[in-house]
Amino acid sequence: MTTLGGQVKPKVRLGDLVFSRAASVAGIGILITLAAVAVFLFIQALPALNPEADFSGKAENPISYVTPYVFGTLYGSIIALAIATPLAIGIALYISHYANRRFSQILGYIMDLLAAIPSVVYGLWGIMVLAPFLNPTYLWLNENLGWIPLFAGQVSATGRTMLTVGIVLAIMVLPIMAALIREVFLQTPRLHEEAALALGATRWEMIKMAVLPFGRPGIISSMMLGLGRALGETMAVALVLSPASIINFALLTSQNSNTIAANIALHFPESGGDYRSLLIASGLMLFLITMLINMLARYIISRRAEFSGAN
Amino acid sequence: MSKRIELKSLNVYYSKFLAVEDVNMVIEPKAITAFIGPSGCGKSTLIRTLNRMHEVIPGAYVEGSLTMDGEDIYAAEVDPVKVRRQVGMVFQRPNPFPTMSIKENVLSGYKLNNNRMSKSDADELTEKALVGANLWNEVKDRLDRPGSSLSGGQQQRLCIARAIAVEPDVILMDEPTSALDPISTAAIEDLAVELKEKFTVVIVTHNMQQASRISDMTAFFNIAGTGMPGKLIEYDRTEKIFSNPTQKQTEDYVSGRFG
Repeated sequence: MTTLGGQVKPKVRLGDLVFSRAASVAGIGILITLAAVAVFLFIQALPALNPEADFSGKAENPISYVTPYVFGTLYGSIIALAIATPLAIGIALYISHYANRRFSQILGYIMDLLAAIPSVVYGLWGIMVLAPFLNPTYLWLNENLGWIPLFAGQVSATGRTMLTVGIVLAIMVLPIMAALIREVFLQTPRLHEEAALALGATRWEMIKMAVLPFGRPGIISSMMLGLGRALGETMAVALVLSPASIINFALLTSQNSNTIAANIALHFPESGGDYRSLLIASGLMLFLITMLINMLARYIISRRAEFSGAN
Repeated sequence: MSKRIELKSLNVYYSKFLAVEDVNMVIEPKAITAFIGPSGCGKSTLIRTLNRMHEVIPGAYVEGSLTMDGEDIYAAEVDPVKVRRQVGMVFQRPNPFPTMSIKENVLSGYKLNNNRMSKSDADELTEKALVGANLWNEVKDRLDRPGSSLSGGQQQRLCIARAIAVEPDVILMDEPTSALDPISTAAIEDLAVELKEKFTVVIVTHNMQQASRISDMTAFFNIAGTGMPGKLIEYDRTEKIFSNPTQKQTEDYVSGRFG
């Protein structure tokens, strides 16, 4: 006989048990993987941090070696995001709120196709098509807007510049960003759109009042996803950029800071000893940068959680 | 301002489908007009033609004439956006903008017309609209909190404040209390009665007690069967509709002997 207040064991169903265990394993698995990568990077990078380390003349000390690459990585990615974000929002708005259904579906497929192209192909396209194509534009920018430091300096003759890298990266991250933002825009509750229209909002005002604010966390998430891809991109950058180990904000010159990932790819095969550790240390930096940026994004989203529309 | 709305032989179509057929009625200013009838009879569709919100659905259009104080709101040169700025609307489910504070919600309609307003003007308008919606005392200390932090009934009154802040001529309410508890419902009903002092109020309701409690005029709509157009069966003073209707269909519906 059971009595009220006594400990009653809840019935455990096999299906629930299997599913919850499977989900836990997957969740813990990702943590273990992350920890394993971090531990690997740290242990392998350790020799480079030793003051006695010998980089066979390729670097003075780890900090001065990594700094230009950190700069190049961030700079290229930021240029890419600055180009890709407004475009992605525009594409997503067009697909979700302007295009007719049939056409928007076709457009969606094409965007997905773009996302499936390997980055080495983007790199080849960047070096063989985009760079020569853009070079006249670069010359024009330099001649007419050269007083802006970004466009100053001796224009690269090949078009293999930071701006070309930024544009190639922007095109690479565009599909995933546009697809994610489109999904968020499609989730805008019809009630809120109607509320704006009933107040006498035009279509664009409705988008400003209801769709964009509602989509804000999604836009930030997609930027992080795009940034993550741009930060770690190797092949496209390695192919397009003519690198140097300097910090240079000029977009059009042949003196460009390489990115961490591309630098590792270029130098790892013939590296050894402490220099190899140094390259891995720069990989550790990339890992940390990506993590910090993601945490920052989480923070930005959570700060406005009350106004997100998710409650 | 409060305007008289006149509908003459109005047909409403969704593409080829005739949703509401041949409606003739005059909606009086400074009064509450209730639309009642079974689901699918076209009363929500009809109320949406009063601010051209039905046009949000592709392929929707009307035939006939619909005038407000003699002005045809469907004339070729009339912009539907302008019509909606004169005709406020409150929806079935409270829909304050979740990304805006209470104050921003109240001012959202006003800001569409006027980009710049001084802080004192904004404060004044916020207070006036919230007082008008019987919400001021409950929210005056937390105007910067999100609109979604309020209870359902408060959210609905916030939506009414947002609608009256732009000083429209007409307020449309599409089942404004169907998602609310009885106490919140009573608050909205009291508010509707106050609003008719200044506005033409049209309310769609499934609640016949509500219609008989607050409305001056009642329109009963019915439908002959699925796929058939909704029709205005009887339109008269509310007492007449509920005590001594001329049509048998109306009597059956208001006395609960429907179907």
